[in-house]
Amino acid sequence: MVAVKETVEQVKQLDVDQYKYGFTTDLEVDKAPKGLNEDIVRFISAKKGEPQWMLDWRLDAFRRWKTMDEPQWARVHYPKIDFNDSYYYAAPKKNAAPKTLDDVDPAILDTYKKLGIPLREQEILAGVQTSKVAVDAVFDSVSVVTTFKEELKKAGVIFCSISEAIKDHPDLVKKYLGSVVPVTDNYYATLNCAVFTDGSFVYIPEGTRCPMELSTYFRINEKNTGQFERTLIIAEKGSYVSYLEGCTAPQRDENQLHAAVVELVALDDAEIKYSTVQNWYPGDADGKGGIYNFVTKRGDCRGANSKISWTQVETGSAITWKYPSCILRGDNSRGEFYSIAVSNGYQQVDSGTKMIHLGKNTTSRIISKGISAGKSQNTYRGQVSAHRKATNARNFTNCDSLLIGETCGAHTVPYLESKNASAVFEHEATTSKISEDQLFYCRQRGLSAEEATALIVNGFVKDVLQQLPMEFAVEAQKLISISLEGSVG
Amino acid sequence: MSNITPLKTEVEQALIAQGAGIAPDRKAAFERFLESGLPHRRVEAYHYTDLRALLKSAPPPAKAGGKVSVISPLADIDADIITLVDGRYEASLSSTPPKGVSVKMATTLADDGSAQKSVLSSDPVIALNAAFSDSALDIAIDAKTELVKPLIIRLVTTAAHASYPRVRVTVGDHAKAFIVESHEGGVAGALIDSVLEVRMGDHVAFDHLRLNVTDRAATVLTSFGGAMGKESLYRGHNFVVGGALSRHQIFFRFEGEQSKAEISSASLLNKKQHADSTLVVDHAVPECQSREFFAHVLDDESIGVFQGKIIVRPGAQQTDGKMMSRAIVLEDGATMNNKPELEIFADDVACGHGATVGALDEDLLFYLRARGLPKAEAEALMLQAFVGEALESIEHDGIRDVLEALAEQWLKARSA
Repeated sequence: MVAVKETVEQVKQLDVDQYKYGFTTDLEVDKAPKGLNEDIVRFISAKKGEPQWMLDWRLDAFRRWKTMDEPQWARVHYPKIDFNDSYYYAAPKKNAAPKTLDDVDPAILDTYKKLGIPLREQEILAGVQTSKVAVDAVFDSVSVVTTFKEELKKAGVIFCSISEAIKDHPDLVKKYLGSVVPVTDNYYATLNCAVFTDGSFVYIPEGTRCPMELSTYFRINEKNTGQFERTLIIAEKGSYVSYLEGCTAPQRDENQLHAAVVELVALDDAEIKYSTVQNWYPGDADGKGGIYNFVTKRGDCRGANSKISWTQVETGSAITWKYPSCILRGDNSRGEFYSIAVSNGYQQVDSGTKMIHLGKNTTSRIISKGISAGKSQNTYRGQVSAHRKATNARNFTNCDSLLIGETCGAHTVPYLESKNASAVFEHEATTSKISEDQLFYCRQRGLSAEEATALIVNGFVKDVLQQLPMEFAVEAQKLISISLEGSVG
Repeated sequence: MSNITPLKTEVEQALIAQGAGIAPDRKAAFERFLESGLPHRRVEAYHYTDLRALLKSAPPPAKAGGKVSVISPLADIDADIITLVDGRYEASLSSTPPKGVSVKMATTLADDGSAQKSVLSSDPVIALNAAFSDSALDIAIDAKTELVKPLIIRLVTTAAHASYPRVRVTVGDHAKAFIVESHEGGVAGALIDSVLEVRMGDHVAFDHLRLNVTDRAATVLTSFGGAMGKESLYRGHNFVVGGALSRHQIFFRFEGEQSKAEISSASLLNKKQHADSTLVVDHAVPECQSREFFAHVLDDESIGVFQGKIIVRPGAQQTDGKMMSRAIVLEDGATMNNKPELEIFADDVACGHGATVGALDEDLLFYLRARGLPKAEAEALMLQAFVGEALESIEHDGIRDVLEALAEQWLKARSA
C-alpha cells in the first residue's frame, strides 16, 4: 500500500526504542560454560537430573546434528552463527526448588510484573483479569513457576515444565516426545533435541475440557544465551485445550538464538488451540542485535475428527523462521492457521505453515496477513499437500500483504501439491495498496491520515485477531500498534 | 548425510566425459554447469523436477542433422519456416526469410556479455545448452517490419542423441511478429535442451508460441528468455502434449515502461508424463502489466508442475501483475505441484496470484449428463472448455484451430 508521506517518515523514525520489554533483570545465574559439545549436553542433562534414556536421546540428537547443514532455502540473510559462542544453559540461581511463589526470587517476579503477566494466583483471582489463566513462566533456560497447578490437577490436567514431566511422567514423555517432530527433522530441531533446557508439558485426559487457558511466558534475560525450549501438548480423546504463548527479551547488541520445538498431539475428537504472541527483541534501528527465532512447531491430528488451530501474531525478532504446521492424519480432521506478521526496521520474516493432508475428508484453512514497513522483508511460505489417500481433502488459503514505504519487501511462496483427484485446493494472494477512496472517505469524516490508516490496517488484520483468545487479542492489538507506531493508532 | 558431497551420477559423469573436448569459448559455460551439476530437489528452482533423479541417460551430442520424417501439425499453416534438425539449421527445409528478416548462423556463443545473459545464465539447463550448443541461429527482425505470416521455427529431433539448439532473435522498434517454436520428433532416449532468446525493442508487438509435440518418450528441456523495451506487447503461449520428461522455462523481463505481457499455457498430460512449467516475470521498471494463466489437465499417473514467480524490483511502482494457475486432476495417481510466487520490493503495486487444484466440477458434470451426454463426452466437453481458456488469446485463427484440434485429439484418445 502507499502510505501517506508522514506515515512513512514516522515509521522510519520509529525503531525499537519503542520496545518496552528491553530491560534486563540483574540476577545471579547458574551458567554452563560457553560452547557446544557433548559435555555441555551431559551437563544440561545432569543439571536437570534426567534419567539415562533422556541423556542418550540428547546425545544421539547431538551426534546427528553435527552431520547436518544449516538450511539455506529461507529468504533470510544473516552472518553464520557460531554455535560455540553461546551459553546453552543459564538458570536463575536458587537453593532449592521453589515450593510457593514466595520462594521465587523477587527480581523474577518483578520482571514478570513489568511484562504485565500476573503470576500470583490471588492477583488473578482478585479480578486483575476476568478469566483465569494458568501460567508457566520460563526464565532463560528453566521454568521458574507454574500457577494454578492444584486446580488443574483436580480436572486431571497435567500442566508443568517439561523437566518435571520427564521426572514425573516418563511414560507419556517417552511415548510422545519426538513423535511429531522427529529428532532429525531439521537442523534447528535436532539442535533443540540435544540442548533443550525447559518448556511446558500439557496433558489433557480423555473427555476433559481444560478448565482454563494455559499460558507460557518465555523470557530470555542473560547475555549470549540461546534459549531452546521444548513444548509438548497431548490432548486425549474428546478433550479440549487452549494454550497461549508469549515471548520477550532485553535489548542486546549481539544476536541471540532462540530455537524452540513445539509438538502437539490431538487424538480422536480432540481440539488444541495454540496462540502465540511473539515479541522478541527485534534489533535496533540499524538492524543490530535482536533474536534469531528459528522455531519448529508442528501439530499432529492423529485421531479422527481432531482439530488443531494455530494463531500467531509475530511482531518481534530480528529473524523469524517459523512454520507452525498440521499433519492431518485422522479422517475428518481439521487444521487452521491464522497469522499476522508485522515487520519493521531491518526485521526479516520467513513464516507460514504446512498443511499435510493424509486422511480422508480432511480440511484446512490458512489466513495470513503480512505487513511490512521500514527496510524489512516479510515472506509468507506455506505448503499444502494432499497425499494419495486424502480423498476429499479441502484447503483454502488466503495471504495478503501490505507494504508501507518503498524500501521494504513482501513475498509470497506457496507450495500446493495434490496427488488426489478429489482434493480441492484454492489459493489466493494479493499485494495491494490501501485504496485512496477509503482513505479519503475516512479523512472526510474527520480522521487524521494516521487514524484512517490505523483503521484500515485494523480492518486488514481483523480476520486473524478474531481468532485470538480474549486475553491475547487486546495485547496483540497493542503490539501491532507499537510495532507500527506512526502509522497505526 | 547432507554435508557429504553427493557422488556424481552416471548421467553427470557421462556429461563430464562429453565435455572433455569442448571448445575453449564454451569452457566457461561448461564449468558453470559443473559447478552446480544436475539440479536436484534441494535446489529450490528444481524442487519438483529433480533432474539428478529423473534424467536417466546422457546421450552423446548429435553429430549432423538426420533425416526428418515427422510431419508438423502446423504443416498446413501459411507461414515462413525455419527448420533446425538436431539443433542445426537445415536450409533445404527452410523458406527464404521474408523482407525485413535476416537469418544467419552464428559461431560465437550466446555468452556475449549482453544484458540478456543475466536473465539466462544462472540456470544449469541453460548453462548446459551454452556448453554444448556448437551453432546458434541469429534471426533479426528489422525495425518497423510487420510480419504478415507467422514465422515457424521447427526444432526436429531425429534420433536418440542430445541436441542443443540455440536461437537468438532481435526484434527492432515498432516491429510486429509472431514466432512459433515447434518442438517435434524425438525418440526414446533423445534429449533436447533448447534456448530461445528474444530481445525486443520499443513499441513492439511480439507473439510467441511454444509447442511441444515431441515423442512421448523424449526428454525436452526448453528455455525462453525475453527482454522487452517500452510501450510494447508480448503475448506468449505454451502448448504441451509431448515429452516423457519436459521442462518449459520462461524468463521474461520488462526493461521499458508501460509494456504489457500476457502469457498463457495449456498442458495435457497422461500416462507417466512429467511436465514442468517454470516462469519468472521480472518487473524491473515501473508501470508494466503482466497477466499469466496456466492450465494443466492431468490423467493417469502424470505429474504437472507449475512454478511461477512475479518479481517487482525496487522502484517498479505502478506494477500490475496477476498470475493464475488451474489444474484438473483426473485420476488419483496423478500429481499437481503448484508454486505461484510473488516477490515484491515496491509499495505502490497491485499484484496477486491464485492457484486451484481439483477434479472436474461434479455439478456441471451432472448437468451435462442429465441432458443425455455420456460421461466421457461430458468430461471431454468440460476439459475442452477448460483448455480453451488458455488458447483463446492466440490471435492467429489457423494456429489456434490446430491447437484446439490437438487438444480434442488428446481428449478423444482418453475416452477411447
